[in-house]
Amino acid sequence: MKLTKLAMLATTALLAAGAAMAEGKVKVGMITTLSGGGAGLGIDARDGFMLALKLSGSDAVEVVIEDDQQKPEIAVQLADKMIQAENVDVLTGIIWSNLAMAVVPSAVAQDKIYLSVNAGPSALAGKGCHPNYFNVAWQNDNLHEAAGAHATKAGYAKTFILAPNYPAGTDALTGFKRFYKGELAGEIYTTLGQTDYAAEIAQIRASGADSVFFFLPGGMGISFMKQYADSGVGLPVVGPAFSFDQGILQAVGAAALGVVNTSQWGKDLDNAANQTFVAAFQQEYGRLPSLYASQGYDTANLLLSAIGKADIADKDAFRAALKEADFASTRGDFKFGTNNHPVQDIYVREVIQEGDIFTNKIIGVALEDHVDAYAAECKM
Amino acid sequence: MTFLLFAEQMLNGLQFGIMLFLMAAGLTLVFGVMGLINLAHGSLYMIGAFAAAAVAGATGSFVLALIASLAAAAAAGALIELTVIRRLYKRDHLDQVLATFALILILSEGTRWVFGSFPLYLDVPSYLSGPVTLPGGIQYPLYRLFIICAGLLVAGGLFALIARTRIGIQIRAGEADREMIAALGVDISRLYTLVFALGAALAGLAGALVGAIQSVQVGMGEPVLILAFVVIVIGGIGSIKGALVGALLVGMTDTMGGVLLPRFFALFLDPSAATTIGASLGSMLIYILMAVVLIVRPSGLYGSA
Repeated sequence: MKLTKLAMLATTALLAAGAAMAEGKVKVGMITTLSGGGAGLGIDARDGFMLALKLSGSDAVEVVIEDDQQKPEIAVQLADKMIQAENVDVLTGIIWSNLAMAVVPSAVAQDKIYLSVNAGPSALAGKGCHPNYFNVAWQNDNLHEAAGAHATKAGYAKTFILAPNYPAGTDALTGFKRFYKGELAGEIYTTLGQTDYAAEIAQIRASGADSVFFFLPGGMGISFMKQYADSGVGLPVVGPAFSFDQGILQAVGAAALGVVNTSQWGKDLDNAANQTFVAAFQQEYGRLPSLYASQGYDTANLLLSAIGKADIADKDAFRAALKEADFASTRGDFKFGTNNHPVQDIYVREVIQEGDIFTNKIIGVALEDHVDAYAAECKM
Repeated sequence: MTFLLFAEQMLNGLQFGIMLFLMAAGLTLVFGVMGLINLAHGSLYMIGAFAAAAVAGATGSFVLALIASLAAAAAAGALIELTVIRRLYKRDHLDQVLATFALILILSEGTRWVFGSFPLYLDVPSYLSGPVTLPGGIQYPLYRLFIICAGLLVAGGLFALIARTRIGIQIRAGEADREMIAALGVDISRLYTLVFALGAALAGLAGALVGAIQSVQVGMGEPVLILAFVVIVIGGIGSIKGALVGALLVGMTDTMGGVLLPRFFALFLDPSAATTIGASLGSMLIYILMAVVLIVRPSGLYGSA
């Protein structure tokens, strides 16, 4: 009796396993920020990712989406649930570096593939790199390094720099200083989440600077730009794309016009994949895409390209297929460096007005085929 | 540090303090009169900012936007009081915290549902934008001066209301002894609705005024709410005068601490360490101030023990 039961159980289990195999679907767990002040970034990344799946017409991918509320502890819970209960093959979606640091190391150690749509903390690019971790966006320092290179090229000799006092903020100023050759008129760390910058702007005014570099993502950047424009200081501003992405430009308004910012992507990049992406995104969601959306779109296409070449069950082959990065990126050429981070051009963009819409136009290249500063420390 | 920079920073501290006062005044009134901890006060600030952004976007008028922020926040406040808060007066503070925290979540996601996840545009009107030169050669944004004046006007109006009018007498009486005032024939539940709506309107006005120079987005109220609580704890719960003094103290301490501490540490540390340590300590300074006030005067500067 007992034996029959066991045999039946075993058969059912085998059948179930067989059914899952036959479907051949790759299960993706997407953990991203869909509520709270940082939701715009996660929503754009998700929409870009889902758009690519829709356009491909492929049914090889099944996606489970959960909201991390921008809280590390919730992201960790969701990752555990996705790995243990949902049994996903691939994780993706995290926007913020502190959340990525909480989730990625344990997920890749459990032999799950992690594809980063946004966060690129230095710890995961250097000594902490991992064969299962692929970053499709950039290493955190990259856009700031490009801003430093641009400030040098533009002949700025006394730049005032500021960023929030948290790891990505320190990385930002380090990245800027790595490629900036002039001297600093001042260096300020602001409180994370600060909304009033009157005191900082007064210091900029008094410092005798000839330009300003700032990294203040999301709402912090909106507040700073509006107050800066209203203060009449009027020095040229350089920043990474995070304070001038499509999601927040409308809220900054005319105050951002003419500001120069650095990004690995722009909606006017002239390649077929990008034109398809921008048009399809506008049609599907009724708004212009941001760089976060382009990163989500590229991530999904990278995944699809690997699924076409290898079976997810064969991890070595699948990793090799991912590493080839054989897909049409919205950035044009796309390839991975030794540490599975992009080696890419970083562009200089300028904020312009098209009708009622504020958006970015590419005006030059800051760094070509840029490799991040931590690649050499990665041993894998 | 030059005199110009110092004067400009003093004005910044003053303006920040005035803005905090608008938030703290409503919070302290509600706490003092009704004994209610309202965590959703920050959501009313957000509602004011969103209403102002929507009306400014539709009509292009900043004055109408300010009126809309007052009206929308007051209406939302009255509605919340009638449907939710009313049931909480007799409960203990933990139930109030739980219920008003739920309100934060509901109002935030409700706002996202109506306005979407991306920040809204609300700008300073052209006649208030740009810097002006003050006596002594200080360059200062006109709009920030406007906030200072508007805040002082509101503070004056509020003092007159509390000290001179019949409603003010009832509010003060309600603070002192709510059973007695009910026994005297004052409709206490209507008074509560009125006080709550008044507090909400002040928060909404603060949201609209500040929204023009900051980011109008979901969740913008919570960081300010924490500071407003610090203000009323320092000033003494229930005291409008305490809220004003506490707000100015917090505004000044926060601004001047953030500016002066890094310079102080730069005297004996290398520059990058000085900025990091100075910035960290600067952001702790108001909490240190609160702790010191609580040690010296446990019920706050103007609190009744």
